[in-house]
Amino acid sequence: MLGLPDVPLAVETKGLSRRFGDRWAVAGIDISLAAGECLAIFGPNGAGKTTLLRVLGGLLEPTGGIARVDGMALPGDVDVRARVGFISHYTMLYPALTARENVEFAARLQGLHAPRAAASAALTRLRVLDRADTPVRALSRGLQQRVSIARAFVHSPRIVLLDEPYTGLDALGATALTTALEQLKAAGAALILVTHHLEEGLALATSVAVMHEGRFIRVEPREAVDAAAYANQYRDLVGADG
Amino acid sequence: MNAPLASPPSSREDILTTGTSAPAGDAPDVRRHPHTLAAAWIIARKDLAVEVRTRSAFLSAAVFTVLAAAIFFYTWDPTAVPAVDLAPGVVWVIFTFSGMLGLHRSFAGELSDRAIDALLGAPISREGIFLGKALANLIFVLAVQLVAVPAVLLFYNVDIGWTGAAMLAGITVLAAIGLVIVGTLFSAMAVNTRLAELLLPVITLPFLVPVVTAAAQATVVIMNGRPIAGAVAWVRLLAAFDLVFVVACTLAYPFTIER
Amino acid sequence: MGTTSPGENLLATPTGRTQRGAPGPPGATGNAFGWLFWLAVLCELASLARALLFTPIEAHQGAAQKILYIHAAAAFTALYLAFALMAITSVLYLWLGDPKLDRVAASAAEVGLAFTTVVLITGPLWGKPIWGTWWSGDARLTATLFLWLIILGYLILRQAVEDRALRGRYSAVLAILAGLLVPFIHLTVYLFRTMHPQPIMLKPSAPSMPAEMFRTFVLSFGASALLFVALLRARYRLAVSADALDTSHQGPA
Repeated sequence: MLGLPDVPLAVETKGLSRRFGDRWAVAGIDISLAAGECLAIFGPNGAGKTTLLRVLGGLLEPTGGIARVDGMALPGDVDVRARVGFISHYTMLYPALTARENVEFAARLQGLHAPRAAASAALTRLRVLDRADTPVRALSRGLQQRVSIARAFVHSPRIVLLDEPYTGLDALGATALTTALEQLKAAGAALILVTHHLEEGLALATSVAVMHEGRFIRVEPREAVDAAAYANQYRDLVGADG
Repeated sequence: MNAPLASPPSSREDILTTGTSAPAGDAPDVRRHPHTLAAAWIIARKDLAVEVRTRSAFLSAAVFTVLAAAIFFYTWDPTAVPAVDLAPGVVWVIFTFSGMLGLHRSFAGELSDRAIDALLGAPISREGIFLGKALANLIFVLAVQLVAVPAVLLFYNVDIGWTGAAMLAGITVLAAIGLVIVGTLFSAMAVNTRLAELLLPVITLPFLVPVVTAAAQATVVIMNGRPIAGAVAWVRLLAAFDLVFVVACTLAYPFTIER
Repeated sequence: MGTTSPGENLLATPTGRTQRGAPGPPGATGNAFGWLFWLAVLCELASLARALLFTPIEAHQGAAQKILYIHAAAAFTALYLAFALMAITSVLYLWLGDPKLDRVAASAAEVGLAFTTVVLITGPLWGKPIWGTWWSGDARLTATLFLWLIILGYLILRQAVEDRALRGRYSAVLAILAGLLVPFIHLTVYLFRTMHPQPIMLKPSAPSMPAEMFRTFVLSFGASALLFVALLRARYRLAVSADALDTSHQGPA
């Protein structure tokens, strides 16, 4: 892999694991993700995908192995969290506040110099500026998700972690999300996308992994994947509970 | 790599506008993450904005206080027992229960859409989150007391003068700090349990015993116009409680979060 | 990255070792009430016998004073043994994370609740013949009532949390804060009492107690402490069995 030797990988893990009691939710994960790349992780419920993202996002401490985000070891401190954006199927918004207030709040917590301007910029990019002053609870699910994405992107994170972001999105919303993610990728962010939606995942991915019972049981670059046949292969790999 | 978010040229039908890039000065290593107190203030403002928008908790607490004052008034005949003997107890019982009314919504609002994850993922300390919530609760409780205390004084026709009012205000602030600091921590825990709203009073009320007793005893001194010296020991107790528990609860909060 | 077969043991650790559901420690499923318990019961009976039959009757209070041998001993055990153990093991649990510490804290709380209940029952039983009322608002008894409510709150909190790790953390935080609270409660009730003088009551633990009574008190304190340790051990063993059962029921999540 070509690259400047002293530029750290966006996400780098070796044998990363996380245990809850006797149960290893994450049982030895290796990741090498550079800027501008996207790792799509597929897997059945309970595979440990959400736990993995929470560890990488600094919400949980690893139990074992090595993990580095932008060169900084996990569990990190505020500097690690400043570089990461987290999106899930939960909007993480306050329904009573407007879209603008929600995104501005996130901008302030990030310590941005001009939170108002940053919020407007983020809302503009997701094309929800015209609804910026509507309370979030009055917005459709698709628009709420876009506001949530604006919230996560307002501080231009280097690493974006996405946990089933396509849940509940209609076709329009899904397209908007995919386009926003492509733009982020092009601008040099690294993405880790956990999803059940094989098509969307394959559309964005530069590498593809299947996670099962805490491990990657299959990792390959996107070029090696035959999109048409993948759905069947995936079903064979993880069985009926995929 | 601090490349700004510029959109690539695209001839594809693009429903997203090609907006301007994020301000260059906001690269992660250049901006300053809010320190604990600054973060607390940001979060407290947000909590208060939500409360102002919904208003439901404040209104129910305010209505409760007026109703309770009326009930106490009509059941305890102030002609048989001097009003100054009844009023302190009424004030502080109402304080206890109206204060607890607003506590649950403090963390409940963070759970429904997992907004708490966004808080935990932000570059701020855990203590900042806790202090922000406590600060918002403090302002909420004091706002309710602004309704409750005059209501009781009115019902019972107690005149304490401006010095008395100032002293009562000071005691109320101290007592509110005590109630809020413990109540906020326990509401953070209770919200993750079954029967959250029933559990919260059970574990919180014992902690309010020193607070409410001290405040009530000091109020008795004020309302009866007795020399202040009689209240000093109680005020010291209140202040000591606040000091100990603000530190203890702030240190304890990170332990209530899964790591 | 090699592939692993879907049928691999779900409890496998990353290093490849497997562990089945851990068996309980030896003796955990045996009789929880061992020799220590019966020894403690014996000591307790001995001290009661000495109190009732071989200690002189107190001049002012009469036979009712003898309840104090149980009352004071239980109060001492509840506060300085049970509650202190709760608080200390909670601090250690937050520091070290060992679930054994959490079990000890919970066991101490339950046994402590029992002893505190004894205090709350024997107190009024003594007070009624002496003062004529069941509840006199005595400072120490009031403080004990609050202690009882605190321990009860602790146990109710434990009931309300299902996840074991979360339960341990939450209980530990509550126990530590409760440990900080108790001095304030004592301060409050004693300050109240200073400002509102109570009817003068004879203090049974006055230093000018005849040697016989003092020795009986010491004996009853010792028996009470021994009983506490025995019950704690029994309760701890039950907790170990319960946790082992819990794990095997939950199975791989």
